[in-house]
Amino acid sequence: MSLPRITFWKVVLGAILIAGLCATVLRFGRGLGAATHLSDAFPWGLWIGFDVLCGVMLAAGGFTLTATVYIFHLENFRPIIRPTVLTAFMGYVLVIVALFYDLGRGWFLWHALIMWNPRSVLFEVAWCVMLYTTVLALEFAPILFERLRLEKLLKIQHAIAIPLVILGVLLSTLHQSSLGSLYLIMPNKLHPLWYTPWLPLFFFLSAICVGLAMTIFESSMSAKHFGKQLELPLLRSLGRVLLVALLLYAVMRFLDLYHRGALRLLAMRTYETNMFLLEVTLALILPIALLLFPRVRESAGGLYLCAVLVILGFITNRLNVAITGMEASAGVHYFPKWSEIAVTASIVGIGFATFGLAVKYLPIFPAAGEGSAIPLRAGPQAAPELSHARP
Amino acid sequence: MSKAILYDATMCIHCKLCEQGCAQRNGLPYDDAIAAEEQRSEHKFTAVMAKGDKYMRRLCMNCVDPTCASVCPVGAMQKTAEGPVTYDVSRCIGCRYCMVACPFSVPKYEWDKTNPRVRKCDMCADRVRAGQQTACADACPTGATKFGDRDALIAEAKDRIAKNPGQYLNHIYGLEEVGGTSVLLLSSVPFETFGYPSGLSTEPMPSLTHRVLAHVPDVLALGSLLLGGIWWITNRRSEVAVAEAEPSDSLSRTKNHEG
Repeated sequence: MSLPRITFWKVVLGAILIAGLCATVLRFGRGLGAATHLSDAFPWGLWIGFDVLCGVMLAAGGFTLTATVYIFHLENFRPIIRPTVLTAFMGYVLVIVALFYDLGRGWFLWHALIMWNPRSVLFEVAWCVMLYTTVLALEFAPILFERLRLEKLLKIQHAIAIPLVILGVLLSTLHQSSLGSLYLIMPNKLHPLWYTPWLPLFFFLSAICVGLAMTIFESSMSAKHFGKQLELPLLRSLGRVLLVALLLYAVMRFLDLYHRGALRLLAMRTYETNMFLLEVTLALILPIALLLFPRVRESAGGLYLCAVLVILGFITNRLNVAITGMEASAGVHYFPKWSEIAVTASIVGIGFATFGLAVKYLPIFPAAGEGSAIPLRAGPQAAPELSHARP
Repeated sequence: MSKAILYDATMCIHCKLCEQGCAQRNGLPYDDAIAAEEQRSEHKFTAVMAKGDKYMRRLCMNCVDPTCASVCPVGAMQKTAEGPVTYDVSRCIGCRYCMVACPFSVPKYEWDKTNPRVRKCDMCADRVRAGQQTACADACPTGATKFGDRDALIAEAKDRIAKNPGQYLNHIYGLEEVGGTSVLLLSSVPFETFGYPSGLSTEPMPSLTHRVLAHVPDVLALGSLLLGGIWWITNRRSEVAVAEAEPSDSLSRTKNHEG
């Protein structure tokens, strides 16, 4: 084993993690007031808006793709199950880590297990996230079992694979949409460009869009840095589905604004309108326009660009709901403190680093040793060349 | 019988004895500097505000169907039968959803503590349970803050408006707002002047989410049925395709066969 090489990205990651460490000391040593720009007027900030809302959204590829392959039997997509399930699992673990920073009394998080309030959307989200993280761990387990050659455990996992996938899809449907439902109770606080009774539906649908975009993004990233990637035809199919999903979301979003009479708000030049336009330009207008060109849709570079736009666009959407849309009613302007940004950047950095390590050391991408996250046939001989056997 | 507080701004003389009484009962510091603060905070649960010669009190509305109690994932906020909405710190996980969701932005936070609590007026729940009136009503020298049965206070408020229509807005704030609150307000100037939200629904806020949460069992039951059904059909189709393809190469192609 040679010494690890020092690269530009490793230095950046190191700097971010050091800042994150300082922020951690500040957060737990002196409290939320010292570590954040949160206040009585603005109690939820970057850690809820990005780390939780975006974190869960970015992990949505997991349930989208397991449903595609295991429920709908679209076997072509089997090779990308592993990286997607891995990202989803990591995403949820990081969301839970971030929660401990944001919760004032995170050490009592277990209270949600025994002190129930089924009337609360957040109670439902807490349970779904806990259960779904467990499901993802079980879905991801075969990758470890294979590496460690634990054939017995592989067989047990195999037996419960399908019910596990179904449970995962249902739990995801519930909590992805429920993150939108969190805001249903604030019709007087959330700006009318974002407050709609359809919030749960929009959160769910956009999670699917982002799930597809993340799968394209991750494949391209690992192609660049690890030389492991997906075949272009698969990326193209993902791009086509992404286009359909984006069109559906865009039409519904437009109809919602139209029926609520919120379109006229766009005639005004306000901070909210500008942020809204930024959001729809990144998430909808640009990617839809680009994907309509076959030249873009068919090329790896074009698909990568569209995926990045969709991801940035829906991140903007979540931040608009959690931050931009809440500022006017709160009567304050919120911008995160350095320590809030440092923690968030560290969590993103740890996500990238873990993904890199996993791609390197575990059989994640087809080239690295094939199979599926949930092998339909137990055992390491779950023939790789069969992945594309079915036309 | 559900209790309530009726605050009549036209009878208030801005003496702030209610603030002092509240601070005493809740063990909060109180001095001239704090008395001058017009905002509620983690060390001031009620505040009397002045705009010219018009006064207004702000405190937790102790809603009939409280948003905070509905959103709290661990049930730290509770509506008691007597009327007060209480906070149990031993359950709280510090998610602050109550603060974000409260239509009156009542709950405040101990931002500078490493083991912070949510702080708010709880309508002197212990005193009310013991049959006493709230500390603020006890301290009020003019009767501007009055404690009593909610129904009786509503009748009295209506009576006051009817007898002096010129002196009051024809609006009992809290009678219908978010389905009713256990704090009722009378004033001669619009309540928005002092930051009270206008245009609140007369329907309790929790019903906005209950409508959606009611469908969770549907999603689970019908969802499993639907997904299970689709899986069964697509799986069967693969099996048939395998069987029809070439039986000779069966070993590798049975990969789609589920146990």
